[in-house]
Amino acid sequence: MSSFSLFPESASTISGQVDALFFFMVGTSLFFGLLVAILVIYMAIRYRRRAGDTGAGAEIHGNLQLEIAWSIVPFVIAMVMFYWGASVYMTMARPPDDAHEIFVVGKQWMWKLQHLEGRREINELHVPVNQPIKLTMTSEDVIHSFYVPAFRIKADAVPGRYSTAWFEATKVGTYHLFCAEYCGTEHSQMIGRIVVMEPNEFQDWLSGETTVADAGSAMVDATRSPAEIGAELFVARGCTTCHQGAAGVMGPSLAGLYGRERNFADGRSAVADEAYLRQSILEPQSQILDGYQPIMPTFKGQIDEEGLLALIQYIKTLEPNEG
Amino acid sequence: METAPKRTNYLNADYGIRSWLLTLDHKRIGILYLISITLMFLLGSLFAVLIRLELLTPAGDFVQADTYNKLFTMHGIVMIFFFLVPSIPAVLGNFLLPLMIGARDLAFPRLNLMSWYVYMVGGIFTLWAIITGGVDTGWTFYTPYSTTASHSNVLMTAVGIFITGFSSILTGLNFIVTIHTMRAPGLTWFRLPLFVWAHYATSLIMILGTPVVAITIFLVGIERAFGLGIFDPALGGDPILFQHLFWFYSHPAVYIMILPSMGVISEIITCFARKRIFGYEFIAVSSLAIAVFGFLVWGHHMFTSSQSVYAAMIFSILSFAVAIPSAVKVFNWTATLYKGSISFEAPMLFAMGFIGLFTIGGLTGLFLASLGLDVHVHDTYFVVAHFHYIMVGGALMGYLGAIHFWWPKMTGRMYSEWAAKVSAVLVFVGFNLTFFPQFVLGYLGMPRRYHAYPDEFQVLNVMSTTGASILGLGYLVPLCYLTWSLWRGPLASANPWKAAGLEWTTPSPPPTENFETTPVVEEEAYTYPLKEAEVV
Repeated sequence: MSSFSLFPESASTISGQVDALFFFMVGTSLFFGLLVAILVIYMAIRYRRRAGDTGAGAEIHGNLQLEIAWSIVPFVIAMVMFYWGASVYMTMARPPDDAHEIFVVGKQWMWKLQHLEGRREINELHVPVNQPIKLTMTSEDVIHSFYVPAFRIKADAVPGRYSTAWFEATKVGTYHLFCAEYCGTEHSQMIGRIVVMEPNEFQDWLSGETTVADAGSAMVDATRSPAEIGAELFVARGCTTCHQGAAGVMGPSLAGLYGRERNFADGRSAVADEAYLRQSILEPQSQILDGYQPIMPTFKGQIDEEGLLALIQYIKTLEPNEG
Repeated sequence: METAPKRTNYLNADYGIRSWLLTLDHKRIGILYLISITLMFLLGSLFAVLIRLELLTPAGDFVQADTYNKLFTMHGIVMIFFFLVPSIPAVLGNFLLPLMIGARDLAFPRLNLMSWYVYMVGGIFTLWAIITGGVDTGWTFYTPYSTTASHSNVLMTAVGIFITGFSSILTGLNFIVTIHTMRAPGLTWFRLPLFVWAHYATSLIMILGTPVVAITIFLVGIERAFGLGIFDPALGGDPILFQHLFWFYSHPAVYIMILPSMGVISEIITCFARKRIFGYEFIAVSSLAIAVFGFLVWGHHMFTSSQSVYAAMIFSILSFAVAIPSAVKVFNWTATLYKGSISFEAPMLFAMGFIGLFTIGGLTGLFLASLGLDVHVHDTYFVVAHFHYIMVGGALMGYLGAIHFWWPKMTGRMYSEWAAKVSAVLVFVGFNLTFFPQFVLGYLGMPRRYHAYPDEFQVLNVMSTTGASILGLGYLVPLCYLTWSLWRGPLASANPWKAAGLEWTTPSPPPTENFETTPVVEEEAYTYPLKEAEVV
């Protein structure tokens, strides 16, 4: 990852598609760019003013057919570019169902990465090769952007909301991780490495000794999975009072909640995804389930981003038949 | 040394500092702007020099990280708000619009002078912010960094930009009213020089877009000063809302910078090819199309911001669409050369350089409009290269071309043609060497606004800094020979280039009242070849 070259390494399933689009656009641009350059240079020479020239150009006002042609042809080509670019973008926007999930929290000036199995990392992410990885991201302070050039992916980590990105690495190796959104003094030091490993080596690594522990966070014990920590938080924060067991008088049951359609008292509805769960914890009054009273207190400022992700992960694991 | 004949013109009509600071003459106000923005350009260039020196080596060893962040921020703010936005409109637009339409002055001369004072007050606030510590948010002021995290002079800078915005609005308003109401008899809309059309389109963007950025900066100010939650999610705000508001102005602002240059190119190409413009109506209308569609593409700055994929698609398709009117202009300029009688004085070299650089800038814009590709190159040096090709390669080339083309008219003096040609070549070569390697850097993945960078990017950065040295020389040379020409340059005739257009029918420099008698226009623009009688 550190030798001079003119073209970046291509190491994910999407990077080849992006490069193909890139080469198509370079080719088209070269064609039109050279066309204009050659015409301008040719005419500059061919029609240069010569000694004894009267200095009168031909009287030409325009040509409607030409105007139409050079409006329509570039437009059609532009639409091909649009369609191609949009289809690559759709692939980037939709993680496969079997993607392995990793939580990413950006803060000035580091990346905190959390595997569902429990291991936590800072500025370094180990992933298995040939396995789709879905990143669920947020930020603790300002906007950051998670950028891996070799995978051709980039997504902003925005405070107050979740964003997602996904990739499937195709080559074992070590790749740059950059913060691409300017975030202050150490922006250019908010960098790290993505380490792509063989699946069996990754399994060994995953069950290995933990290297990072952050005492200030909800996840003091970094060997446990976020779901385990979330279960503990669920009890510690008193969520059980209203949300334990069958649908109670106080609050709805959360069993099997994830992915279900929710109907609110004000007539709106939403699918219970990560963003919904996050908002329900931080701003419970904003989406009251039909048939319930707005009595839940806010937990804004009381649970940090990693704790929130753990809590959500726990809620996601609650099966419909539980409780 | 030749001396000017004792003819009264706008320069010798009155003397003394008061006669300049209280002038209502659009030509003198244009000169006031010329001096102010040249000083701002020198300041912005100084920041650029320091940035390029830092990037010579991968380690952040020339200045500290905070200093570097302030340098690129202040480079952007000074160059965009205080140089590029006012450059052609406030200097040449001010000077030339009344001359081109056969008017005595702009519609509101006092408002015109006031807009210069507003610009200066905004400039002083911004300079004060720079001197007392600077600002480090990037010229984009992204929230919540700018409202809660940054420890630099955000408020003071915001006040400066807020105030300066009104200067743009007033200038735009003045131009629109002038073009509507003060055209000479017979000068119908489709006889107007394309420079005037371009300024009309630019003025529309100025009066419709600038208030939005003023409001946005105001909101940043009150969130920062009073903790009122608008953009910061910790206060219940939405940081992405800022990006929408900011780019709603700042994307069209790119067209504020480039449209006037496009107008300049139409004037220069026709003159030195001795040809009518090819496809007049298409060039005129494409300026308006750019102004209108330019307001509908802001979301292409936000493809990785987690905006909805469907919103992203709408913005992408519209961004591709807005490229078409620009392409139409390039094709028409190229066709204008066909069967011309082309000569290569310095303004023509700048104009041809513009076509080359703008074409590269425009084509690489397509890469950024393309969703799947933008995800990779967004916020990398690819973007930096692209917008410098448009805003420096395009807008600044056009500005230099315009200064060289109308210098004899403005000052009554000719400059050294040989030195000007050298400058045009230096700028073209230096520019490409500076910014072309940055496209490669961007695709390799080097993010923008990086104080330090991985070793493998060094070779291309050294090329870029080398190019910047040549480019800097290309800018310094005109500063010398143009200044020199003010005292030692040969006297210019009324129409040294044998160009069409009303501004060339009045003496150089023009009298205060522009024309002795109001001209009557009987023909369309660019009536090349000129009849002998018209060549003064």
